[in-house]
This record gives sequence, C-alpha cells and structure tokens, in this order.
Amino acid sequence: MKRILERIVELLLTISGAITTIVILLIVVFLFREGLGLFQSSNVEKGYCLCVNTENTVLQLTPFQIKQIFDEEIDNWEKLGGPDEEIVVFRFSDSFLDSYSEEELGKNLEFLPEKLGEVIRGTPGIIAYLPVQYQPINQRGVRILQDGKIKLSDFLGGSEWIPTATPSPQFGVLPLILGTLWVSLFAILIALPLGLGVAIYLSELAGEQMRKILKPAIELLAGIPSVVYGFFGLVIIVPLIQKGFHLPVGETAFAGSIILAIMALPTIITVAEDAMQTTPQAMREASLALGANHWQTIYKVIIPYSISGISAAVVLGIGRAIGETMAVLMVTGNAAVIPHSLFEPVRTIPATIAAELGEAPSGGPHYQALFMLGCILFLITLVVSISAEIISKNKSQAKGI
Amino acid sequence: MNKKTSQQIAFIIFRILGIFVVGILFWILGFIIYNGIGVISWKFLTEPPSEGMTGGGIFPAIVGTLCLIAGSSIVAFPLGILSAIYTSEYAGNGYIIKFIRIMTNNLGGIPSIIFGLFGMSLFVNTLGFGDSILAGSLTLGLLCLPLVIRTTEEALKAIPDSFRTGSLALGASKLQTVNRIILPMAFPNIITGLILSIGRISGETAPILFTVAAYFLPKLPTSIFDQVMALPYHLYVIAVSGTDLEASRPIAYGTALVLIVIVLIMNLMASFLRRKLKKY
Repeated sequence: MKRILERIVELLLTISGAITTIVILLIVVFLFREGLGLFQSSNVEKGYCLCVNTENTVLQLTPFQIKQIFDEEIDNWEKLGGPDEEIVVFRFSDSFLDSYSEEELGKNLEFLPEKLGEVIRGTPGIIAYLPVQYQPINQRGVRILQDGKIKLSDFLGGSEWIPTATPSPQFGVLPLILGTLWVSLFAILIALPLGLGVAIYLSELAGEQMRKILKPAIELLAGIPSVVYGFFGLVIIVPLIQKGFHLPVGETAFAGSIILAIMALPTIITVAEDAMQTTPQAMREASLALGANHWQTIYKVIIPYSISGISAAVVLGIGRAIGETMAVLMVTGNAAVIPHSLFEPVRTIPATIAAELGEAPSGGPHYQALFMLGCILFLITLVVSISAEIISKNKSQAKGI
Repeated sequence: MNKKTSQQIAFIIFRILGIFVVGILFWILGFIIYNGIGVISWKFLTEPPSEGMTGGGIFPAIVGTLCLIAGSSIVAFPLGILSAIYTSEYAGNGYIIKFIRIMTNNLGGIPSIIFGLFGMSLFVNTLGFGDSILAGSLTLGLLCLPLVIRTTEEALKAIPDSFRTGSLALGASKLQTVNRIILPMAFPNIITGLILSIGRISGETAPILFTVAAYFLPKLPTSIFDQVMALPYHLYVIAVSGTDLEASRPIAYGTALVLIVIVLIMNLMASFLRRKLKKY
C-alpha cells in the first residue's frame, strides 16, 4: 500500500516537473498556429478584389505595391513591369451608383457588374477596387487580379505597419522591430553604467547598514508594477522631456528608454552583484597583498573575474526591456514609423500587440499578424534567454580551470 | 593621477550612484504617495467609478484583482510547489533535470504580453471560456509559475542534506521524508515565495488585457465566467484613455497608490517572514 502511494506521488511529481516544458510547448503551438495563418490570407482586404483591363500585363501585385498605387505614389504601370500606361485608380463608391439610374442598375443591382465591366473595359490603365459580389466575372476586357498571399518577405521586410489600410493592409514589421531594439538598447546604455556602479557599491563598498537599506529598496523597485512605472513616466518623465528638449510631444523613444532603464536596473544590479560576490576571497587578498589598492582590485581582478556574470546581467536586462509592454505603451507615443532619432515617437512590438489586439477582428489577417509579432517576440526572448544561459555556463567552466 | 585619488574619485561616484538609485525609488514612491494619499478614503475604496471615471471609487477593480489573485494562486501554487519538489527532491542530476531547468528559466523570460496572446488563443477562444476570471486566472497562474518554482526550489535547497539522510536512515521512505521533514521545515520560505508571486500577479496588466479585464463594470462578478475590472488595467485606462484625462488624474493617483501599497505589503510580509522564521 505504502509502495503504491509512493509510486503515485512520484508519478504526479514527475508530471508537475514537466509542466513548464508543457506550457512552453503550448505557447509555441498556439502562437504559431494563429500567427502562420497570416501567410494563408489574401493581400487584399477580405470581401474585395482588384480588377484591371486585359491589356494590362501585370499579373500580381505585392501589398506594398498596391498601397503605393492607391496612395498615388506609383502612377505608371511601366514601373510595375506592365505597359506604359498611366494608372487610373478606381474605388467603388456610392457616387458611382448615383451616376446611373435605378433602371440601368436593376432593382437588386444585378446589372452593376456589367456597368463596372464597361468602365474597366474603357480605361486601359485602370485598377478597380470592388466588392467581390459586384466583380465583373467573365466579361470581355476585364481581368481580376490574382489574389496574392501575404508573404514572409512582405512581413519581415516591409517598412510600413498600417493594418487598417485599404485595399491592402500593410504588415511590415521592420519599424516595430527597429523601434523595439532602439528603445531597449538605449535603455541598457543608460542602465548599464548605473547598474554596474550600484552593483560594485553593493558588493564591495557598502557597509552592513547601507546594504540593509539598498537590498530591499532594489527588490521593491523590481516589484513595482509596470503600469505604475508607465503612469509615472507619463506624468513626470514625458513632460520633463518635452520641456527640456523643446519638443512638440514628450512621448518619445527617449522617454521609453528612461523608464525601461529604471525597470531593468534591479535585474542588472542583482545579477551583476551576485557575480561579483562569487569572486574568491583568495583572489582579492592576493591582489591586495601585491600592493594593489581596493579600487585597482575591483577593476583589475573582480570585474574581469565576474565579467561573464555581468554580461549575463546585461543580456537579461535587455530581455526584460524588449518584452516590457505597458510602460512602453504609455510613454513612447506609438507611431509605427522607422525611428530616426531618440526624440521621435516609436512603437515597439509588445506595445503594438497590446494596443491593437483588442480592435483586431478575431481570426482576420490583422489578428494573425499580431500573433506573428508575438512569435517574433518569443523568438527574440528565447535567443536572449539562451545566450544568457550560455554566457553563465562559460563562467562555471572558467571557474573549473 | 595617483592610485589613491583615483580610488577616492571612483568610490565617490559609486556612492552617488547607490544613493541615486535609492533616490529614484523614493522619488517614484514619494510622488505616488504624495499625490494619491489625499484621494484615498473609505468612499474611494468601497464605491464603483462614476461620472465617466472622473468620480467615485475603485471597489470593483479591487474585488476583481482579489478574484484574480485567488484564482491564479489556485492554479500556480500547487503546480509550482509540486514541480519544485520534483526537481529538487526526486529528479537526479541527469539531462532531464537540466532540460527542465532551462525550460523553467525560459518560461520565466517570456514577456507577459505573450502570455496574454497565448491565454487569449487557448483559454478565451479555443476552450471557449470567453473573457472571464477563469481565463485570466489560468493565464496569470502560468505566468507566475516559474517564480513559484524558483522560490520553492530555493526554499527546499536551503534545508541541509543531513536532515534528508537522517530521516532516511531512520527508515522513513522518500515520501515520508519529503512530507514530514522537508516540507514543514521549508514551509516558511515557501510561503515567502508565494507572497512575492501574489505581489507580481496583482500588478500584471498585459496578460489580462485580452483574457479578463473589463473597461467599466460596476457590478461584482458572480461566477468564474464573469469579466471583472482589475486595478492595473484600471490604472492604465484612466491614465491614457479616459474621457477627461485631467479630471480623472486624482483617481489614477489613488489607484496607483493602492497598487503600490499592495506590493509594499507583500514585500514587507515576505521579508518579515524571512527574518522571523529562518531558523535551522
């Protein structure tokens, strides 16, 4: 009886032991299942199609090309590999209906496709954006543009993120990735010297009394919820930056970096201090015995010895900064453009997900694109975690020598 | 520059940095407390919001956060503790345990917004829980799982091996050793870890955005399939998207203060327990 109980408990424990692995697997499955659907969806908004004149030789357009056409940034088919013909953009609208009498269109608009066909036939350079139910099928002179799928290259290489653009939503992830890296790297640039300094102070200089204040203070700093940091940033840092640098808006990448730096500090301090603490007493004493003073011992013995731990601290700090959502969402201004300076609004991957998922219709391309963003974020943080792991493993190997 | 002055300069800089970081903490705390303390009243804590979030209190949000804390504790604590018992007492030192460690670390490094996406996809949509306390608690529970596992593992590891060998030598089985010796001894430290994770749960916003949080819902939840308001989400919406930002600022300060007080209490309790109960 006792045996069986032991066995059952052991089995239960083994299963629980695997729980984190299972959760990670589930996360991967569900993120990618939802996200990869993006590459199955059409690059034209659902329920609509694009039609051209048969004289046009262009077969397929990328989302970005479609956007450029409809923004009138491309005005000739020649640029897209077609005939030398001016592009005429036609959007289906109520005013088009008004130009015909009810008789001409029929009671239930049954003649509308024909009329649309006439227009397309008569204009060689036309590109018409129509609801699917009115598309002129099998009419002379009209060709419905093949529905292209959104490609991975459009997603990863696209430089515009306009998920609500018509006729072709733009899911270029580049500005978001750059925004994320931009904000996080500057955050680390601010946090690293501060954090390292405090770690040295804590580990080498601070007296017992000071440690008793600092340690819990840092723990508390790590425990403050990110919305509170965001709120603090919004009410204090953002106006300060706006006034200090005479900017039109204070919600900038810089504000995000400052808040992220404060948030990454506890991680950096704790990990770096732990690493310094592991320096063997014998090494310190040897250094001091050779005539080096305390400061020389710190930067010639202790820091080189704990460098891998310090690097791990930096990597973990970056990881924390990249994934941070709420604080960044509240202070960076959320403009999805490729950042050129620290003093412009930017938008990061997590902030985009948080801001847009609520509005994206479930299962649509926008929703899927946001899950795809989640996948990218997941992969980035995975790389960060694993490199931190490898770096600290190097350390334990070095110690063995 | 001789080595004495360079040391003096360096040490002065480090002292200033240390004070600077504490200064930041007190700045944030002081700012929130200074602005928020005037808002806190019995009425603020026990009434629902009114006048388009510019008046009234935050009672539904407090109740919502308490529900989420309770729910995710039920999810995370048993699982996390069992998992930690396995890794520190049962699993040996082989590849499996290394793999599990790496996975736990990785799970701890996954950004909270990804838990939000995952929770929405699995609990809200696939399993059909909808936006509910259930979905939110499961998501938050999984989020704080690595923290629970890590702190419990540390608590278990802190127990000297002599107790294990002593118990086994007296004829107790492994289960008896864990159940009667290890767990009772590690209990205070385990509790400390759990308290810290409650602090974490109460402040998380991103995972509940799409799994449970309601913008405005004056009535209290009656079942685990109801939506609730939650303190961190409430702070977020009134800070950035209220109808009248200036008028709702006091409410925002008050909400931030309540959140910080929760975290403060959890931290104080944890460090108090740690100091009080650490014997052996």
